[in-house]
Amino acid sequence: MELVVENLAVARGGLTVLEGVSFRLAAGGALILRGPNGIGKTTLLRTLAGLQPEVAGSISAPPESLTYGAHADGLKAVLTVEENLAFWAAIHGVGGVKDAMAQMNLTDLRGRRAANLSAGQKRRLGLARLLVTGRPVWLLDEPTVSLDVASVALFGAVVRAHLAGGGMALIATHIDMGLAEARVLDLAPFKAKTPMSAGASGFDEAFA
Amino acid sequence: MIALLIRDLRLAFRAGGGFGLGLAFFLLVAVLVPLGVGPDSSVLAKIAPGILWVGALLACLLSLDRIFALDFEDGSLDLLATSPIPLEGVVAIKALAHWLVTGLPLTLAAPVLAVLLNLPAPGYLWLVASLAAGTPALSVIGAFGAALTVGIKRGGLLLSLLVLPLYVPTLIFGAEVVKRGALGMEVGVPLLLLSGITAGAVALLPFAAAAAIRVNLR
Repeated sequence: MELVVENLAVARGGLTVLEGVSFRLAAGGALILRGPNGIGKTTLLRTLAGLQPEVAGSISAPPESLTYGAHADGLKAVLTVEENLAFWAAIHGVGGVKDAMAQMNLTDLRGRRAANLSAGQKRRLGLARLLVTGRPVWLLDEPTVSLDVASVALFGAVVRAHLAGGGMALIATHIDMGLAEARVLDLAPFKAKTPMSAGASGFDEAFA
Repeated sequence: MIALLIRDLRLAFRAGGGFGLGLAFFLLVAVLVPLGVGPDSSVLAKIAPGILWVGALLACLLSLDRIFALDFEDGSLDLLATSPIPLEGVVAIKALAHWLVTGLPLTLAAPVLAVLLNLPAPGYLWLVASLAAGTPALSVIGAFGAALTVGIKRGGLLLSLLVLPLYVPTLIFGAEVVKRGALGMEVGVPLLLLSGITAGAVALLPFAAAAAIRVNLR
């Protein structure tokens, strides 16, 4: 499959932040999003994930093929590492919990509650969740926050294995993840020229 | 979907999960009201249906804001919204989990606490029946209110104010069933109306709640 984004405009808080974003991502490809704070990297990823509607433009992939790795990891503090992963695996109807733990170096921590993990370990667990979604396109928002150098390299290898298996990845990050083959998309040129109210559809705006 | 139900129940039963909070509150009400009103058993018997239903309703209200707020804070709600389960299903399952953790224990504990309030003997059956028929509506209406206020910091007060008026019909018909039952009168009409409210809420509100969550996640 191929992810084609054409002329996409996205809005945050009712204001258009990015417009005219177009790119094409083939199976096995990775795209690194760069741009200053507030340019709309997270907003773009959330729009692609289907969490908010696009203002204009089109996204070729259905939301069912994408999975979103946000700043928050979606972990439950009172569940163990294995229970957290097993839950997401069951929700997505795929297996591979043991394999995911092995790949993200979590096997030794399997019985520990998420509350007792360090920030970096929690992050690794949050990223291991991507492996049990079985979805081809990974949308990653600053995935390397609080990871040490070894874990960044580990995750880089996991992403590369995912790409080698025909997957795709969109990564908003400021540091080098060692993905030499990834293309870089600088979002600064797509900054909305005239930040105007995004399609004031009265009813929804009341909730915004 | 089953996995979500099991996770929510597991979270509720582990430390800090809030299981028993509603039950403890219900117990407090049932113990404190006779102490406050005095030992006159005819007065207690008269107010018992109303007190028991108000106590059950407030106990339900206590844990409502946890339904979605915790998942919203740790990012699980975003991930559930993009998961293969429809958001309507997520709402329905979470309301069911809330009922299993609060409504069902309240229903089962009510006859024991009714003794403290000197509820007349014929009323016990109808107390359990009315709570069994009415508390699911409390959970589903509450889930709708929680969906509306998800993402608002300290949204508990707003949630209570939004939900309380929606609880009124359930309270009126629920207490009416017990009152009539205790006096040995016909209970068919209020019990049917109570069940009708529950059936309507269970059928419609998950859709409204899912729409509210989608708007709040933007």
